[in-house]
Amino acid sequence: MKNSHEHYYVPSQSAWPIVATFALFFMAFGGGLLINYGSPLLLTAGVGLMAYIFYGWFSKVVEESHDGLYSVQMDNSFRLGMAWFIFSEVMFFAAFFGALFYIRTLAMPWLNGEGDHAMTHELLWPNFIGEWPLLNTPAATSSVPSGLPDPFHLPLINTVLLMLSSVTLTIAHHALKDNDRVKTIRWMAITLVLGVAFLIVQGIEYYEAYAHLGLTLESGIYGSTFFMLTGFHGIHVTLGSIILLVILIRLLKGHFSPDKHFGFEASAWYWHFVDVVWLGLFIFVYIV
Amino acid sequence: MTSAVGHHHGPATGITRWLFTTNHKDIGSMYLIFSLLMFFIGGSMALVIRMELVEPGLQVVQPEFFNQMTTMHGLIMVFGAVMPAFVGLANWMVPLMIGAPDMALPRLNNFSFWLLPFAFFMLLSTLVMDGGAPDFGWTFYAPLSTTYAPPSVTFFIFAIHLAGVSSILGAINVIVTIMNMRAPTMSYMKMPLFVWTWLITAFLLVAVMPVLAGTVTMMLTDIHFGTSFFDAGGGGDPVLFQHLFWFFGHPEVYIMILPAFGIISQIVPTFSRKPLFGYASMVYATSSIALLSFTVWAHHMFTVGIPLVGELFFMYATMLISVPTGVKVFNWVATMFRGSMTFETPMLFAIAFIVLFTIGGFSGLMLAISPADFQYHDTYFVVAHFHYVLVPGAVFSIMAAAYYWMPKWTGNMYDEYLGKCHFWCSFVGLNLTFFPMHFVGLAGMPRRIPDYSIQFADFNLVSSLGGFLFGFSQLIFVLVVVKCVKGGKKAEAVVWEGAEGLEWQVPSPAPYHTFETPPEVK
Ligand code: HEM
Ligand SMILES: [Cu+2]
Repeated sequence: MKNSHEHYYVPSQSAWPIVATFALFFMAFGGGLLINYGSPLLLTAGVGLMAYIFYGWFSKVVEESHDGLYSVQMDNSFRLGMAWFIFSEVMFFAAFFGALFYIRTLAMPWLNGEGDHAMTHELLWPNFIGEWPLLNTPAATSSVPSGLPDPFHLPLINTVLLMLSSVTLTIAHHALKDNDRVKTIRWMAITLVLGVAFLIVQGIEYYEAYAHLGLTLESGIYGSTFFMLTGFHGIHVTLGSIILLVILIRLLKGHFSPDKHFGFEASAWYWHFVDVVWLGLFIFVYIV
Repeated sequence: MTSAVGHHHGPATGITRWLFTTNHKDIGSMYLIFSLLMFFIGGSMALVIRMELVEPGLQVVQPEFFNQMTTMHGLIMVFGAVMPAFVGLANWMVPLMIGAPDMALPRLNNFSFWLLPFAFFMLLSTLVMDGGAPDFGWTFYAPLSTTYAPPSVTFFIFAIHLAGVSSILGAINVIVTIMNMRAPTMSYMKMPLFVWTWLITAFLLVAVMPVLAGTVTMMLTDIHFGTSFFDAGGGGDPVLFQHLFWFFGHPEVYIMILPAFGIISQIVPTFSRKPLFGYASMVYATSSIALLSFTVWAHHMFTVGIPLVGELFFMYATMLISVPTGVKVFNWVATMFRGSMTFETPMLFAIAFIVLFTIGGFSGLMLAISPADFQYHDTYFVVAHFHYVLVPGAVFSIMAAAYYWMPKWTGNMYDEYLGKCHFWCSFVGLNLTFFPMHFVGLAGMPRRIPDYSIQFADFNLVSSLGGFLFGFSQLIFVLVVVKCVKGGKKAEAVVWEGAEGLEWQVPSPAPYHTFETPPEVK
């Protein structure tokens, strides 16, 4: 370990970070402008700039890694950084799961008149009968969905797709460790296809919910939790797929060696995390 | 896009040094200067509040603007002044204290910092928007912040997102640095307490900032996309907002105090010329405070209508936290006991911290008694409580740290006379400001209201005068910093006679690059 401490690579200066802060600022302020004033310009500029930065910044890191600037210790920094980043993502989802559990186990029974027999029920909506899934909202202002997605149809297909993709990704990883590049690429490509298939199925599901079931973001708390949880998960799958694509391209270019391939591993961690979140969704949003 | 300058050279010249820097000392300085700026902006808002409250009736501002001032003051002080100051100190000192060449992820570090000016530009820009700035309090309870919010709330939400990304990435960087960059012989139980407390703080940040992000996102969709998270009419619940907010919010208040505990644990031994009493118990106390802080959030919600078991659970859990907090106060006092103490400015701030923070802890205990809180809640008593833990707590610890390490940063001694003036003016000013708030609060004066009943007039006048004294005394600090950067008596490597730790092994001012090969730790 001592040896690895002797050459920690500290890049002397870099313009990427500050340009990236501009991009993120454009996205945030542009998001505000779009929502409040209907102007998409700044947001578009921000997203474009961000895409460019991702490309440039990561290329730079890849280059540095190739030039052998990174030590074992540096590699470990990346690992720890990624692990804690995933932990922060877990907590982000925890907020939405927490909201779901709170609504189901506390808020709804109270609207029904439970709890300490406070006056909530009598005073607010005496006719309200709450049961999960909540389709008739207390104020009855939103349109009532005619049905809900069948968990054992599209969502089950999606569960299988994602579970399989985790397996194929692991096969690809083992192949990489065995220095079998063709096999790695093949299984990586299959993983990516499974990921994209997941997204397509989710698209179909959303389309059906909106077009046929009348289940929308505005269908009370059920629609809110349903679309926000599955939606944020979908965004993460999209991001994960893009990362897998980048890794696939890098594999094709001959990057990564059997014993040094942190980029690959990081993408795999991320993918497995997205996978586990889906399991939680499948159980608590769809089935139970 | 990366310049070819080898990393054994000094800083780049011109503005790019600051824009493109990856150096923990540069970034630390920028954090500290930024936070000082925010301290003054947030402070002037506080003075607007105190001006309005000088006497009963409405005099200086409209009630709407008063609400914007209380909101922005709180947000800026919490997210713009206190938190960035601690991150700045971590940037400067953690690598020096653990013998690392820099932060583990230097470019990410630059990114984390530069997000902040943008976030606060965005937040401040709401002041000139139609409908004015956010006016729903720094705790932004729904539905005040959703159904009844001004349009600028959209920008507020995205500003919180930016500041949140900055905090999360900054915290990840601190964790990785501490876990991975310690000098080979520095085990966890040899780490200085400032490093320990920051490690735990960073963990709290990574755990709760994402929850805040999720919460403001739910607000955003409730406002603009028709969801009903916080709307009972759609089956949601405004109380859900409070649960989510305080699940973030209570750990957040510990984020603002744990690094302070670390600083005090560095300074008190130095000026007592004795090792810290009970190092291990300090580590365990800090850890248990952090863990318990996830289990007490509903003490902010005693009056909202939670079940009796909830009231009891959160009451006892909150009281439990004072046990490890008491351990800390005991250890600091025991460290001073029979030490050969001297009272330079950092030590004055540290001692004031111990005494006044304890007062804040006691008022916290009073608030934690659920039935009593039904009386105290949303009165000035709560304002007194959290200002006692935050001003002579968090802010004083930051000041103490600044005086303690300024000679290491600049290579010059600060002006001790001015430092003492700064301390005594602040000390008197803050007690004048916040102590009377206990009395008006217990007598029932509600918080966040621009007018009040005449029986509160005398105490409020005292508070306002104290507020102005405190506010203007901070200018002395600016003077001290400017003078110290410009020159003064040269500082030695070991600035303080009793100081121990790796940061004193490097010369003063600390060279641009330090510990490129790790030091030996005894
Ligand atoms: C012994 C430890 C502490 C206890 C028992 C305690 C207890 C409490 C309680 C029960 C409240 C809610 C009062 C109410 O709204 O009715 C409260 C509010 C608050 N506390 Fe503490 N506290 C402690 C330490 C701290 C520390 C160390 C900080 C920050 C550094 C802090 C910051 C705050 C803030 C900011 C609020 C008010 C939030 C608001 O409503 O705007 N407290 N505290
Ligand atoms: Cu609290």
